[in-house]
Amino acid sequence: MSNPILQLKKIDKFYGPINQGFQAVKDVTFDVAKGDIIALLGSSGCGKTSTLRMIAGFEEVSRGGISLAGREVHMLPPAKRKVAMAFEGYSLYPTVTVRNNIAFALKSSGKSSTAVGKSVEEIAVMLEISEILDRYPSSISGGQQQRASLARALIRDADLYLLDEPMGQLEPQLRTLLRGRIKHYIKERGLTAILVTHDQTEANALADKIAVMEGGELQQYASPEEIKDAPANLFTGTFVGEPPMNVFAAKVTTASDALIFTLQDESDLSFPQAAFGETLRSRILAMGQVMLGVRPYAVRRHASGVQARVVANQWLGDQSHIAAEFAGGALVLVEHDRADVAEGSDIAVHFDPADLHIFDPTTGAAVSHGAKIAS
Amino acid sequence: MQQKSTLEQILRGVALACVIFFFMFPIFWILLMSFQTNETILRVPPSMVFEPTLTNYRSLISGTLEGSTATLEIKFMGNLWNSLFLSVTSVTVGLILGVPAAYAFAKLKFRGSEDIAFTLLSFRFAPPLLVLLPLTIYFQQLGLADTYFGLIWVYQLIVLPLILWIVRGYFEDIPSDIEYAYRIAGHGFWTTFRKIALPLAGPGIAAAGLLAFIFAWNNFIFALVLASADKQPVTVGALAFITAAGINYGQIAAGIMLSIAPTFALALYAQRYLVEGLSLGAVKG
Ligand SMILES: Nc1ncnc2c1ncn2[C@@H]1O[C@H](COP(=O)(O)OP(=O)(O)O)[C@@H](O)[C@H]1O
Ligand SMILES: [Mg+2]
Repeated sequence: MSNPILQLKKIDKFYGPINQGFQAVKDVTFDVAKGDIIALLGSSGCGKTSTLRMIAGFEEVSRGGISLAGREVHMLPPAKRKVAMAFEGYSLYPTVTVRNNIAFALKSSGKSSTAVGKSVEEIAVMLEISEILDRYPSSISGGQQQRASLARALIRDADLYLLDEPMGQLEPQLRTLLRGRIKHYIKERGLTAILVTHDQTEANALADKIAVMEGGELQQYASPEEIKDAPANLFTGTFVGEPPMNVFAAKVTTASDALIFTLQDESDLSFPQAAFGETLRSRILAMGQVMLGVRPYAVRRHASGVQARVVANQWLGDQSHIAAEFAGGALVLVEHDRADVAEGSDIAVHFDPADLHIFDPTTGAAVSHGAKIAS
Repeated sequence: MQQKSTLEQILRGVALACVIFFFMFPIFWILLMSFQTNETILRVPPSMVFEPTLTNYRSLISGTLEGSTATLEIKFMGNLWNSLFLSVTSVTVGLILGVPAAYAFAKLKFRGSEDIAFTLLSFRFAPPLLVLLPLTIYFQQLGLADTYFGLIWVYQLIVLPLILWIVRGYFEDIPSDIEYAYRIAGHGFWTTFRKIALPLAGPGIAAAGLLAFIFAWNNFIFALVLASADKQPVTVGALAFITAAGINYGQIAAGIMLSIAPTFALALYAQRYLVEGLSLGAVKG
């Protein structure tokens, strides 16, 4: 990344005194390139909003620095940072109409009132709130307030747009529709945005890069494809992907030309040694104990496979989710056709070594994805 | 509207009537007294039947008090004006000082802010006389005794804590993010305070101002000790009716009617604000 517009440098956030209070953000570092949409993805309470509020300037940065468009902003007041934000709690001004809520954001921009009025109308059309422009915030629904708040942020002319769960309250159809429009709006104007979400579909659909957070720490910062193909650790592997990745503990041994993973119930998964590179093989063998991860889409039923007992088989209209008892744990596999397996019946499952993700059981860090050694 | 049974309505009416009678009867009686001469007032047994006279009001407004033996100069209208001037200026000064302070206490949790806010409130706990004795001495040395300036200053003891605590509650109820949303759009701290915080706390500020006005108007002891005749408010001025020649009940009653009229009108007009102000329900939804 040659010229990042935003840089977070070793950011810590403590609520309360440094080192004593509650630490909501731990040593987070990442760069955002101009024109990119970044998704901050993580479960509730992992520090996404805190990170965003530090960038906006509503929360003090306990340690570390933030630079935006070449300025060190972490000591600047919010008004000077040139960022726009859509708040998680909407935070519309209760005393003025939706129209004025949105227009207020432009009042200080020096635009003429007709130009402001026109911009408001345009953005209202995009976000489907034209009908409620003259209502007051207290008389509209949560989803409408959310869109008004989003409009108030997007209408501005800023270096960076911070969108805190901007579509959390919308019904699915509208969400999908607006997702496309918002992406188009941002891309068309070459804006840079950070989008907070706990919805991975949204992150995948909108983001150029996803920052996965957990427990205040940045787990991985990569493109959606990379996160799917090469999760940096067990957390990202199991958090991103629907249904989640299957994970088993395994003991690794070697026999003639095979690499054998012995699972908890003593069943063996045997792969030709050639499927793993020389270095990787010796690394895995040295570890002895690993965590094996396989995505549900990569699990195949095949006569030569290992036994599993079906506990549930659900047809979701476009795919089957089969849950099975496997190696003393649970295994989920996804098939694209209606699968003809009854609950309680036995199936044989097969994994392709190229689909195996191997993790270090103590640190959780990824060791390899297929034959590729994780960096 | 929910349906209420007839019995419930009747009981409710009776209860209300009792309350109104209990609180309003004294005022009603004083109103009657203000239209009577001393003789009819002091009749035994008292009676509601009398020939109304306006002499009490006339003598108050003209400023001459005709006692049974001599004619006395009184400055009732001057007192009324003093009351109005002192209350309005005190409340204005109190609002100018108190509203920003309340904002600071509500939003900028600085070190010791809670303690300072409480100290300011505690001025209301001290018996006024305790404060007044040393204050009188200081004021005399500073040349502030018997000046409007000094009186308004002392009145801040009454109005400031009231304004501070009521308005602070309103500011605290404003979600900070609403202000942040405005500030991030490029507006500074003061613009945000003026454009967002003040309008949202408006009803609270109005309520606090009204209450402070009533408290200031009704104040007696500060003015009694610190003000001479020409700067006295009505509360103190009414003492002039107790003369060596006797007590002019009729004129006292008329004086009371005139002096409670402004606060009474204000309270009626702004009832809703006052109740809201005291129950602290600021920005909702
Ligand atoms: N103002 C605050 N004071 C104390 N703790 C807070 C505050 N804001 C957030 N937290 C805590 O910090 C953690 C992260 O919160 P947040 O950043 O809001 O998470 P997210 O947006 O990912 O759900 C949570 O455990 C939350 O309870
Ligand atoms: Mg959040």
